[in-house]
Amino acid sequence: MPTNPSRLAYFPGCAMKDQARPDELGTLQALALLGYEVEEIPRWNCCGTVYSLAQDDLMRHVGPVRNLVRVQGMGEKRVLTLCAMCYGTLTRSARFVQEPERLERINAFMDTEDDFRGGIEVVHLLTLLRDEVGYEKLASQVKRSLNGLKVATYYGCVLLRPREFAVDDPERPEVMERVVEAMGGTPTVFPERMECCGAYLTVGRSDVVADRAGRILRSARGNGADLVVTTCPLCQFNLDERRPAGAPSLPVLYLGQILAWAMGVDEPAVAALVSKEPATGSPVSTGV
Amino acid sequence: MNEITVFIMGKGYRVPAGLTIMKAMEYAGYLLNRGCGCRGGYCGACATVYRLPGDYKLYADLACQTPVQDGMYIAQLPFTPAERPAYALENLTPDGKTLLALFPELARCVACNTCTKACPQKLEVMDAVQSSLRGDIRQVAEFTFDCVSCGLCTMRCPAEISHHHVWQLARRLNGAYLTPRAEHVKTRVEEIAAGKFKGELDKLVTMTKDELVAAYKARQIEA
Repeated sequence: MPTNPSRLAYFPGCAMKDQARPDELGTLQALALLGYEVEEIPRWNCCGTVYSLAQDDLMRHVGPVRNLVRVQGMGEKRVLTLCAMCYGTLTRSARFVQEPERLERINAFMDTEDDFRGGIEVVHLLTLLRDEVGYEKLASQVKRSLNGLKVATYYGCVLLRPREFAVDDPERPEVMERVVEAMGGTPTVFPERMECCGAYLTVGRSDVVADRAGRILRSARGNGADLVVTTCPLCQFNLDERRPAGAPSLPVLYLGQILAWAMGVDEPAVAALVSKEPATGSPVSTGV
Repeated sequence: MNEITVFIMGKGYRVPAGLTIMKAMEYAGYLLNRGCGCRGGYCGACATVYRLPGDYKLYADLACQTPVQDGMYIAQLPFTPAERPAYALENLTPDGKTLLALFPELARCVACNTCTKACPQKLEVMDAVQSSLRGDIRQVAEFTFDCVSCGLCTMRCPAEISHHHVWQLARRLNGAYLTPRAEHVKTRVEEIAAGKFKGELDKLVTMTKDELVAAYKARQIEA
């Protein structure tokens, strides 16, 4: 059965249905304008959030694999996530069960599901834009330019580490910068762009997250950024909501929101930032 | 009489085929003071686990709703201890943070689906846990509308979630905050309080039996 290349199975993850719902709405509108028929996978469950490093605790892989079984049930070969954590967990579990003995045990345990046969590719918004849409086509589809808006591209850690699961060169990534350029923005590369935001310490040790968020935001501002962009709802939450007193007040947005605005969708948070005139001359730091 | 053998708490009994587990236990001489309630599948008091010969699965069901089978090994679970923190509904917000704050063990779910397999009401229990995690209170309330709080999912859950207490809270939040107010009920209650039907009621309670029968026969019936 040939699959329709524009049909795209979609795994939202919990954050996109909870505090990051506006990010999801905008991103899905943008994907529709890019020609994708996005279809949420039926009855999905939490990706597992933190990938289990225990080699003998197969139970921790049941959650992510069950989601892949649902993608398989849709007759699809790839599944999109908009979240770095979901991407990491699903990708790594898919690889983990490539070993037949593990797969056999997990399939035997999940006796109410179809057996997982493997061969499902997990794609992230960034890899989709790079590998399927392509920067040039993206640039040609953009309806509104960011007019040189200085966008600090924040990767965080999960998209780039560990190395064998990185969406790009883990030392010198460029995918997010290229996407920003395709939308007419000026990517601001800053030293803390690959630092961890503190991730799930936000639950029990928000002080650690606040400290990290402050450092990341100061670095972005110090390098002249107008805003910070993430491709992970947790990074976005941590940088924005755990921002310590006195830290730069620059906005933290999800990449899909900017993409949506560039594609012509109403996104007031982005519209407020973009200047009416194209940027001229050399960028000037606005300071902290 | 067609008799079969069942094992109740490890001891074998010959009982008539076709009885429910509950009836079979009483036939065998058990007096059920606990683990027995409505006998109609609604109250959830008679949670029971059983195994069948040659089958690796541990089944779970309600004793009053499940027919005995030959060779069945039966044990009743009259009560499932489950933590339920105190809360005041009027101080809560209908979102996932509320559920997680009161029942943090929800986050321990590994999506093993054991709860769903244990549910005698055939509810999608795991999906309700997952909907709780993403803060979809309304979906939780809908998934668990038919929950009888038997505790079987809770007894089987490796994450030690107190499912039925979470569901009760979700349904309360849904009813209190997410469901549209029934304005017509409010209007009617005000009408009653203002005495709109007092005259008719007073007339009814003072009628003789003959007058009442005549009024009943002459009543208007919707077509």
